Amino acid sequence: MNTISTNELVSIPHLLARNVATRGDMPAYREKEFGIWQSWTWSKTSLEIENFALGLKDLGVKKGDFVAIVGRNRPAMYWAMVAVQMLNAVPVPLYQDSVAEEMAYVLEHCGAKYVIVGDQEQVDKILEVQQSISGIERIVYFDAKGLRKYENSHLSSFIEVQEKGQSLRESQLTKLDEIRASITLDDICVMLYTSGTTGRPKGVVLSNRNIIETSKNSSEFDNLKSSEETVAYLPMAWVGDFIFSIGQAYWTGFCVNCPESPETLNTDLREIGPSYYFAPPRVFETQLTSVMIRMEDAGNFKKWLFEKSMALAKRVGGDILDGNAVGFINRIKYFLGDIFIYGPLKNTLGFSKIRVGYTAGEAIGPEIFEFYRSLGINLKQLYGQTEASVFITQHPDGEVRSDTVGVASPGVELKVAESGEVFYRSPGVFIEYFKNSESTSETKDGDGWVATGDAGFVEEETGHLRIIDRAKDVGKMLDGSLFAPKYVENKLKFYPNILEVVVFGNGREFCTAFINIDLIAVGNWAERMNIAYSSYQELAGHDLVMGAIKEHIEEINQSISEDPMLAGCQINRFLVLHKELDADDGELTRTRKVRRNIIEDKFSDLITALYDGSRSVSTETEVTYEDGRKGSIKATLMIHDTKIIDISQRMAAE
Amino acid sequence: MSNGSEGNFVTTDGRNIGGVMMEMKNITLRFGGVVALENISFNILEGEVRAIIGPNGAGKSSMLNVISGFYIPQEGEVIFQGSPRPSLKPFEVAHQGIARTFQNIALFEGMSVLDNVMTGRLTKMKTGIFSQMIWAGKAEREEIENREAVEKIIDFLEIQAIRKTPVSRLPYGLKKRVELARALAAEPNLLLLDEPMAGMNVEEKQDMSRFILDVNSEFGTTIALIEHDMGVVMDLSDRVVVMDYGRKIGDGTPDEVRNNQEVIDAYLGVSHD
Repeated sequence: MNTISTNELVSIPHLLARNVATRGDMPAYREKEFGIWQSWTWSKTSLEIENFALGLKDLGVKKGDFVAIVGRNRPAMYWAMVAVQMLNAVPVPLYQDSVAEEMAYVLEHCGAKYVIVGDQEQVDKILEVQQSISGIERIVYFDAKGLRKYENSHLSSFIEVQEKGQSLRESQLTKLDEIRASITLDDICVMLYTSGTTGRPKGVVLSNRNIIETSKNSSEFDNLKSSEETVAYLPMAWVGDFIFSIGQAYWTGFCVNCPESPETLNTDLREIGPSYYFAPPRVFETQLTSVMIRMEDAGNFKKWLFEKSMALAKRVGGDILDGNAVGFINRIKYFLGDIFIYGPLKNTLGFSKIRVGYTAGEAIGPEIFEFYRSLGINLKQLYGQTEASVFITQHPDGEVRSDTVGVASPGVELKVAESGEVFYRSPGVFIEYFKNSESTSETKDGDGWVATGDAGFVEEETGHLRIIDRAKDVGKMLDGSLFAPKYVENKLKFYPNILEVVVFGNGREFCTAFINIDLIAVGNWAERMNIAYSSYQELAGHDLVMGAIKEHIEEINQSISEDPMLAGCQINRFLVLHKELDADDGELTRTRKVRRNIIEDKFSDLITALYDGSRSVSTETEVTYEDGRKGSIKATLMIHDTKIIDISQRMAAE
Repeated sequence: MSNGSEGNFVTTDGRNIGGVMMEMKNITLRFGGVVALENISFNILEGEVRAIIGPNGAGKSSMLNVISGFYIPQEGEVIFQGSPRPSLKPFEVAHQGIARTFQNIALFEGMSVLDNVMTGRLTKMKTGIFSQMIWAGKAEREEIENREAVEKIIDFLEIQAIRKTPVSRLPYGLKKRVELARALAAEPNLLLLDEPMAGMNVEEKQDMSRFILDVNSEFGTTIALIEHDMGVVMDLSDRVVVMDYGRKIGDGTPDEVRNNQEVIDAYLGVSHD
């Protein structure tokens, strides 16, 4: 099984040691602080990590301990992860925006005795959690702001721990090296909690073998070099960030850049100009929306030039990127467009230097995908899961299509069951769900095949995988026709006005939908139309907004009706929700996936109204604020009927 | 802690409040025939958050202007750090370590946030206009030192994202925060805040309250603030002076003041039957 060339590279701390030896003076981390990019070389990084590890060891962290890590992407938080690994203990990164009760569950589940946090906000949460669960012995915080007054014997600062480690360096370093040397490929590398679209989060246990092999394979697939630059801004608790910002970064030895604060991300992106970039579709959507909104406000000449150039890019940009044949005149035009429009636009977005860009997590709208590709940005899709250490399939360079998620990643085998569900087997396949052997055996069979939970098929000629929907969401309508909610939802979400959609219809006569409008896009439109509004709720209930949404739905009904298999999924009635679906209220996962059963439960009165023919419905909904307090929103929602295309008539006509 | 007493005490959350920083002795301020302040006495202790509250027209802003040295009272004296304070020019007040924010924001609208906050460092800059123009040696070093201090404040108040944004483009709540940043840039011993939460929504008020408390605990800055919003004041301050029609009608901890009948009457009105 051991396919790694150098036998010594069995864990992240081993890779760190190699990087110190081979490129000690090259930058490993950068972070903007006090307005300046501060950087750490691999040698300096190693020193920081070792000292912190020695300090942790002194606090009692030992092999097999689970150490929770909560904070935004900062070098110190990454160092903490690797320091924990250096002691052969297991880092458990948690979503920093989780509310205290969510955190309590995972902390109790993994039995973490040590928690390393970023700042006061997280300290407060952990202290709150500590009242309900026992076992947390020590909280180590990095940013001391606001914590001066806290007198708690459980608290220490990152710096204190590091200084303690520094003082023990002489006597303890050999001991630390011994522990590092004892780490094997089969020891646990990290435990990541899945966000859980149904039920409680599950702790996915990944071994060093999983992470190291996956990092190696995926780095080679895209030919990643040590000169790559990435910006780490996605949640540290998400498997993608672990692979990109730790696995691949340590394997390849490239530099990870941390933004100054979440709000400065756009500026920081522009300053760094990453060459390797990852973002969920939502980020690309938001950026495209903001570009389009700004172009609406531009002068006539600029608007004309932009539209002309984008039309050209749409025609030839993708082909040029893929190295296909394109006429000489068009190449010259595209070259000029690049000077005047595409180049500056990419620069503004911080995408000038992207060599490899990925999007994953959700389906991306074909128009959005093509937009970025036509600008000359090598954006690709990948399909992955925490359980696979990310990679299942991905687009190879030159074979990028918006309707597939690519070919099997190196080392991954795919098979599609009769039910249509996709299965995979790879070196990255997780060991188990922590303390949950039942779920483990449900997901992974004895031969190592893992169920993705997604329905799809592999195209025979190309080997590309196409995903249709979540397997468990696919159902039957009352008349027996296929119900694929995600398929419809994605079509609607590609409209900039629409942020989120939930489609109902399983086992029912017809389909209905909840809509969330996109406050930025619709708000900007309202401003231009001189529509006054004071809140999301008010704007969402506006007649003109309703009209626009209705138009969108009727357009997609038209397009759905063209596929006889899915024609039953046309939306007959809809309403625009009075609140944005929110992870704090449990309606979305932390990675912003819709949790259907919770929504069905919570808004059952609205669903009833959608099906009983009423024109409007009054409701009251509980909401959770960011600090965990609860409140409620009352609203009366209008329900609208939409035109649907009757396919039996169409069939008759044809 | 006793009502308005002098000297050391320890607050409920364990901070040490030191000796008297500033003492107002029988202050009376008149504008022509109007008596804005009448025979007011109270003190501000080192390290505390001291609030001055009262209904509209009670004389709160006049009081703050006396504290800052902008108004010279006709009667009474201000004792600052142990010695009576003569009448001072604004820059002399600044040199004494007093900084303030304004009820109506007084920032340089066309300048960036960074430049605005840098102006707060004016008292710390020693080099002359010519070496500043040549921009070499000492002037450059000085600018770098001051920029570093300013960046720490920008980090502290979490306004990194608007560092280069012109102030005129900012929403109201952020402008207030920039004003606080500029006042902090002067590294004051005594910080005067004139209605820091006026016109803010609940969330902005919460943020601002947290920053005020953080400033107090991180830098040990003594803070005197005027505020309208009773709820905010009661949560924030160690001691409260209550004013009405230019007189002091209450002084003490938030709890003491809350139960003071005269204060209740001033805020809720009295029935005249």
